[in-house]
Amino acid sequence: MKELLILISKDILKNRTIIAFAILLFCITWSVFILEDSNEKALHTLGNLVLMVVPLISILFSTIYIYNSTEFIELLVSQPLKRKSIWMSLFAGINVSMIFALFVSIFLPILFYSPTYLGFLIMLLAIFLSAVFISLGFLSSILFKDKARGIGFSMILWLFFALIFDGLILFFLFQFSDYPIEKPMTVIAALNPIDVSRILLLTEMDNEALMGYTGALFQKQFGSIYGKMIIVCILVLWVFIPYYFSLIKFSNKDI
Amino acid sequence: MNIEIQNITKRFNKVTALENVSTSFSSGQCIALLGPNGCGKTTMIKTILGMVIPSAGVIKVNGKNIHNDYIYRNDIGYMPQIGKYPANMTIKEVVETIRKLRKPEKDIDLELYFSFKLDEIENKKMNTLSGGTIQKVSACVAFMHNPSILILDEPTAGLDMIAMEVLKEKILKEQAKGKLILITSHQLNELEEILTHVCMMDEARILFFRSKEEIKISTQCDKLATAVYSLFKNIKS
Amino acid sequence: MGRAFNDGTMRFEIAFVILILVPFKIWAAKYYTVANSSSSDIINTLKKVKDYDTIYIKKGHYKEGNIKISRPLTIIGLNYPIIDGELKYELISIASNDVIIKGLKLINSGHSALDDPCAIKVYNASNIVIEHNIFENNFFGIYIQEGHNCLIRNNKLNAEGINEHEIGNGIHAWKSTDLKIVANTIKGHRDGIYFEFVTHSVIWRNIAENNIRYGLHFMFSNDDAYFTNTFRANGAGVAVMYSKKVVMINNKFENNWGAAAYGLLLKDITDSTISGNHFLSNTMGILMEGSNRIEIDKNIFNSNGWALRVQASCMENKFYKNDFLNNTFDIGTNGSVVLNNFDHNYWDKYKGYDLNKDNIGDVPYRPLSLYSVIIEKNNAAMLLFRSLFITLLDRSEKIFPTITPENFIDNYPSMKANI
Repeated sequence: MKELLILISKDILKNRTIIAFAILLFCITWSVFILEDSNEKALHTLGNLVLMVVPLISILFSTIYIYNSTEFIELLVSQPLKRKSIWMSLFAGINVSMIFALFVSIFLPILFYSPTYLGFLIMLLAIFLSAVFISLGFLSSILFKDKARGIGFSMILWLFFALIFDGLILFFLFQFSDYPIEKPMTVIAALNPIDVSRILLLTEMDNEALMGYTGALFQKQFGSIYGKMIIVCILVLWVFIPYYFSLIKFSNKDI
Repeated sequence: MNIEIQNITKRFNKVTALENVSTSFSSGQCIALLGPNGCGKTTMIKTILGMVIPSAGVIKVNGKNIHNDYIYRNDIGYMPQIGKYPANMTIKEVVETIRKLRKPEKDIDLELYFSFKLDEIENKKMNTLSGGTIQKVSACVAFMHNPSILILDEPTAGLDMIAMEVLKEKILKEQAKGKLILITSHQLNELEEILTHVCMMDEARILFFRSKEEIKISTQCDKLATAVYSLFKNIKS
Repeated sequence: MGRAFNDGTMRFEIAFVILILVPFKIWAAKYYTVANSSSSDIINTLKKVKDYDTIYIKKGHYKEGNIKISRPLTIIGLNYPIIDGELKYELISIASNDVIIKGLKLINSGHSALDDPCAIKVYNASNIVIEHNIFENNFFGIYIQEGHNCLIRNNKLNAEGINEHEIGNGIHAWKSTDLKIVANTIKGHRDGIYFEFVTHSVIWRNIAENNIRYGLHFMFSNDDAYFTNTFRANGAGVAVMYSKKVVMINNKFENNWGAAAYGLLLKDITDSTISGNHFLSNTMGILMEGSNRIEIDKNIFNSNGWALRVQASCMENKFYKNDFLNNTFDIGTNGSVVLNNFDHNYWDKYKGYDLNKDNIGDVPYRPLSLYSVIIEKNNAAMLLFRSLFITLLDRSEKIFPTITPENFIDNYPSMKANI
């Protein structure tokens, strides 16, 4: 298990895609800190970037990596190894490498320029979001045997959580604007891992003042320690549930 | 050492790959698993390896049911038809890795590593190797842990003549130690000298499983390939 | 000749009279020095003084209840003697013209919402000077009731108000004219400076911060001006209401951040000028309701939630040569038809081009974003703040406007910051 984890992490860190991703993100982060006139503003921009880019890269990378490792997984399965350990090592390995890439590209500039509470929060959310979307990537790569379909499904998942979900919320808000829909909608939005991260960032960035009643509602629901624990729980569930389903599927898969 | 297969059925969606197959292999045997393309050979190997999970039936290795077990694979060396490895790893790293992954560690048998002269190119990356060299690595990895059961899927494909001879010699040596060796191949001629048994599959079932001598006597053919072929035709008609 | 002589004598006589009289008046004014010995040193001294006398108060801690000044007088504290109201009394009541109060430290006025106790209260008097005093923990700091031509300068007012109803205003003026409020610092009161029915007055170089409600609060006060003040982190910012001809120049409105906070609230204001001000980090830079014919020019709006919120009841206002930088929303409105003029402003969100290099963008700019329109209609949509969906929606609306009002437009957007 440990050997396998090290092996996979090493393999991924040598992967060109992840290196390119890290370099690109590093350049963006660094230039954001240099170009924005205050570090706090840079953190705002960075927060938005993390919310958008990290999920996309994580889900695509993990999906593609699993498909590209089909033969290697085959080799591993024929060895005296538990299937669960194989899948877990893959999951942990991708996560570790992703965190490493994020560390180099985003965390280092944050630590250098703005080692504030908000900065640490962004780092934490980056780790969580990458884990959530790696987990979703595992699920879609195990659901579809065909690589193109699997990657397509991953893209759709990302689009759904990053874009379509919010569109639907807006639609419902207007459709049912005569009803007290605000509170249930806040809860529904909290079910989307990207939205819940965004809401957490918003409550911490002192934006709730801008947001009037909705902001007050956010603050009430998620501003407290209790609310933050709920957010963390939601994110943990989002990491765990898709991964768990993929694990069951993998344990019974014919390879 | 033995493998017992009891009433194994495997269906992929609507296709039946194995239909109520029962047989048993035991140590000292060197079995050629034969049959037309798509007859279920590879599925059979993979069910033994636990890579494919049968829809029904039981497989026992050394008397133990392999369902939900993985430790029994310590006793099995497997050489896949087309071995694929992480592209960025060198030959040395692959061998090292597999060695580390297998526990408990037994005596390491690197005879093939040196006789295939892999040590001379051990720092080459896997994605730069030819198909034949990859096969050599696969073979080396399969024999490395001195397993009591060897499963070789199309070992002859892609290997040059010299490598083929090296491999055959190795198989003979291992067989002499009383190991169970299972080989799928289409080239019966090349393997004739090392085989003890032939297991013929067709349409998801085992057509026959007999010793080499038995087949030769019953068909009164001197050449195994011809003998098997005529037996196959007899049974089919 | 005789006429000329005569004239010369007249001048001489006048000069003589003045020469006699002036020293006479100086000799008449006596100096008294008060030290802290018994419980009513100041009040005893006040019984002795004549008009235009001067009282020096030595350093000490004076607890004398209410000190009433009913004749022209100069009171000067030496090294800030403490006048303590013991949380019971109004400290100094001025009911005479020509009073100067200087160098005192006035603390602990009574605290009562019923009779508004103050540190210093002026009752219907003119030519009052209150300068270089320190006010601490008073209910009201300085209260001018029907005062005229008063100068309030260089005072420091500090209070620790928490609740709006448990604290009074720093400088409170009612029904007064010709006030000059200069270079005071006011912290922690309800309103920093409060004007009601005050006209022809100037507020200059004051700092009002961390007051519970407004830094500056104007009600029914016409023909006033305020320059170069700083209003920082007040509960709700600055409110200018029901007034005409107010001039607001070169002030700073900063960090007024909260659910109902703004830099500047204009409610029913007409014919006024807002120029050269700096609005930084407010929930709303300027909130306008029912305000007409206001010229808003050369202001900087930086890092506000909304730089401007112009309600539908505002007309004929001119916004020109302002700089809009880093605001979440440059403009919000609850109406669709807005009869105001926005030209020659610099909008940092402007993505247009300038082919003829005259520093005026060739494409008009629509400062009202789709999202701000959506929020106006459905506040719950704030849920989607900073989401990718909203960003894309805003971008597409900028390219193909469909919902945002057609005439809400800057036809000559500036390519570079104006200021």
